[in-house]
Amino acid sequence: MKQSRRNFLKFAGLSAAGLCIAPTAVMASGGSSGGAQYEVNSNHLQAKRWAMVVDTRKLNTEEAIEALAETCHHIHNVPSIDSNQDIKWLWSGTYGEVFPEQENNFPSEAQEKRRFPLLCNHCEHPSCVRVCPTKATFVRPDGIVAMDYHRCIGCRYCMAACPYGSRSFNFMDPRPHLDMDNINKKFPTRMRGVVEKCNFCVERLAVGEMPACAEESGGAIVFGDLQDPDSNVRKALRENFTIRRKPAAGTEPGVYYII
Amino acid sequence: MHYGGKIITGLVIFLGLVSMPFWFNIGGSYEEPKVELPKNAKVCVAPTQDMRTNHMKLLDEWRDMALREGKRTYISAKGDKYTISLQNTCMQCHTSKEQFCDKCHVDASVTPYCWDCHVPPKEAK
Repeated sequence: MKQSRRNFLKFAGLSAAGLCIAPTAVMASGGSSGGAQYEVNSNHLQAKRWAMVVDTRKLNTEEAIEALAETCHHIHNVPSIDSNQDIKWLWSGTYGEVFPEQENNFPSEAQEKRRFPLLCNHCEHPSCVRVCPTKATFVRPDGIVAMDYHRCIGCRYCMAACPYGSRSFNFMDPRPHLDMDNINKKFPTRMRGVVEKCNFCVERLAVGEMPACAEESGGAIVFGDLQDPDSNVRKALRENFTIRRKPAAGTEPGVYYII
Repeated sequence: MHYGGKIITGLVIFLGLVSMPFWFNIGGSYEEPKVELPKNAKVCVAPTQDMRTNHMKLLDEWRDMALREGKRTYISAKGDKYTISLQNTCMQCHTSKEQFCDKCHVDASVTPYCWDCHVPPKEAK
């Protein structure tokens, strides 16, 4: 049969259409995972916006905060490096350090002596997320500012952007600074060249547990859903006068302090 | 052709040099690395052949699902549920990194940086 121009064009058109459809069809048929699915853990804790209220009337001594920090650092395999390259997820500061814009020149004695626990504020408008070029740090739908260490390239823009100094950079391999026989086997360590910070214990929320510091604090730290008017966090906020760190930065922190 | 002889000898020498690795390996036999299979489990999250070719894609998908989407339960094609975790799920069955992961990776000269962060199970010495 002689190939006519009409036939050729028909065939070319069909082939082009086939080429357009084929990749989508392959994708729809499951690709690599072949019918596998993903879902959230059945026992995970859910919230529209996780937030924390710290009662600094109950939790205000160096030792008490240090004990919480030790638990936190142990379960997350945070090394302690005895230099300015140390890594911290939870630490403490004086009133002037924590609330520099709200300092008074004649503070009360109680306020002057108190230490305040510090951690990542998991802001509503996190400046660290805005500047991250690889989207390694991101806001989860439940308000937690999380880090994906697989994507972090260690540019440290987030450290420069964070008004609270909540992020630490791994200048060196953290493993030599960890007691490797005594680490938490369920949680990874980090590698050299990534930035890290407190994660509001997302891995514990995923299995139905409260953040370690809230659990250990004996009621001084309340953790819950900010969007739920009946939550323990909202109750604490309703009944007490609270402040947040550096309101002028406009980041809307998710950590509130009862003074 | 001008300088034909020289050009052709040059080409032959060049091709010979470029294909050196192939000449060296001619007749050699490649032996597939023998990985240690788990003793305490019969089935993996996916069929063996699928895991062999696609485990890296699966792990990549797993890390995005767990970390970024917050979905930490994997339902396999067979309907079994697994917790998404390299350290806690994969390595519960494949208890030796040296006898399982490293066997192929060393052979294929692939050095993924999984173990820079994830803690491999303790190797018996």
